[in-house]
Amino acid sequence: MSARSRQSIPGTTLFDGTQAIKGYALNKMCYSFNSAANREEFKRAEDSYCRRYGLSEAQRDAVRRRNVLDMIAAGGNVYYLAKLAGIFGLDVQDLGAQQTGTTKEAFKAKLEAAGR
Amino acid sequence: MAKVIGAITTSHVPAIGAAIARELREDPYWKPFFAGYPPAQRWLAARRPDVAVIFYNDHGLNFFLDKMPTFAIGAAPEYRNADEGWGIPTVPPVAGDQRLSWHLIERLVDEEFDVTTCQELLIDHACTMPLALLWPGRDAWPVRIVPICINTVQHPLPSAARCFKLGQAVGRAIRGYDEDLRVVVLGSGGLSHQLDGERAGFINRAFDLEFMQTLPGDPRWATRHSIPELVEHAGTQGIELLMWIAARAALEGEVRTVHSHYHIPISNTAAGLMVMETFSP
Repeated sequence: MSARSRQSIPGTTLFDGTQAIKGYALNKMCYSFNSAANREEFKRAEDSYCRRYGLSEAQRDAVRRRNVLDMIAAGGNVYYLAKLAGIFGLDVQDLGAQQTGTTKEAFKAKLEAAGR
Repeated sequence: MAKVIGAITTSHVPAIGAAIARELREDPYWKPFFAGYPPAQRWLAARRPDVAVIFYNDHGLNFFLDKMPTFAIGAAPEYRNADEGWGIPTVPPVAGDQRLSWHLIERLVDEEFDVTTCQELLIDHACTMPLALLWPGRDAWPVRIVPICINTVQHPLPSAARCFKLGQAVGRAIRGYDEDLRVVVLGSGGLSHQLDGERAGFINRAFDLEFMQTLPGDPRWATRHSIPELVEHAGTQGIELLMWIAARAALEGEVRTVHSHYHIPISNTAAGLMVMETFSP
């Protein structure tokens, strides 16, 4: 059921139990970024911060490369990932542009076009 | 007895909080969005609710995946906003109404909604933004609130039909409350948008407009769809329209649209607003 619903919408991963299990460590780390002190500590010592949360190899690699699609493939949930992205100064339009392989300007233009 | 004076449904987007704080209401990007709100503000100023019951979805401020309630209801004397990690300025605390909260809890559990009760609850932008949009420029909020959080983070989500029934039960509970309170029911979320995946940036104007058009008179229209179908039509985060369905369901009888507004885009989101009330000839 969950596998089928994940595949049924193109370009979309429903965050279900499978993803929740896979992504727990990464999402837990991102949830910690509600605290400014934790955000600072991540910036100071990214490697040890990720180790403390027990990120998998794939998660650590995706975070190192700031690659959102790979973070989602590794179980990341965008509500939590957005908190990580904020540390890098990226907003949801930066994330959208990166995931769709376009520039932020082109991504924003596409959103505006949806209103016409 | 308490009275449900109407329902207001609105989008929430973190960027709106930043725009309010930076006083960008007249900015060309923001103006067409904020221009939708004065009629709703005037309607509220004339109807003067004492309490707002707010259906919203937490975005990882209060709830994490360690414990994820499907339906959670606030029972706190006061609710605080806090750092959500993405730089939105926090807003002042909002007073609760514990007696009404416990009345709702008792009636909901009685009706077989097994809600999670929260005597401490941090409220995120989804809960505070409707207040900031509907009662702008206040030092103190003019209403007490009862927040009701519906999980939209982790599937399985409650179905649209279930959220409709929850809203109906909340409406019945309010109308059965023994204080002469005027209660407005708010639904915060949507409309179509998707932040994640190769389909990020998805917006569905046709679906949103049909949803808004059917909501007052045929509110079960959207409840015929499964959650994956609604995600397909409205996007992974557009599923927040569940809050609109619950808020609308709290109204009884024939419902009319007092005001509606729709604007694309705010950030990645199709932004909608509706004010609905029970039709009284």
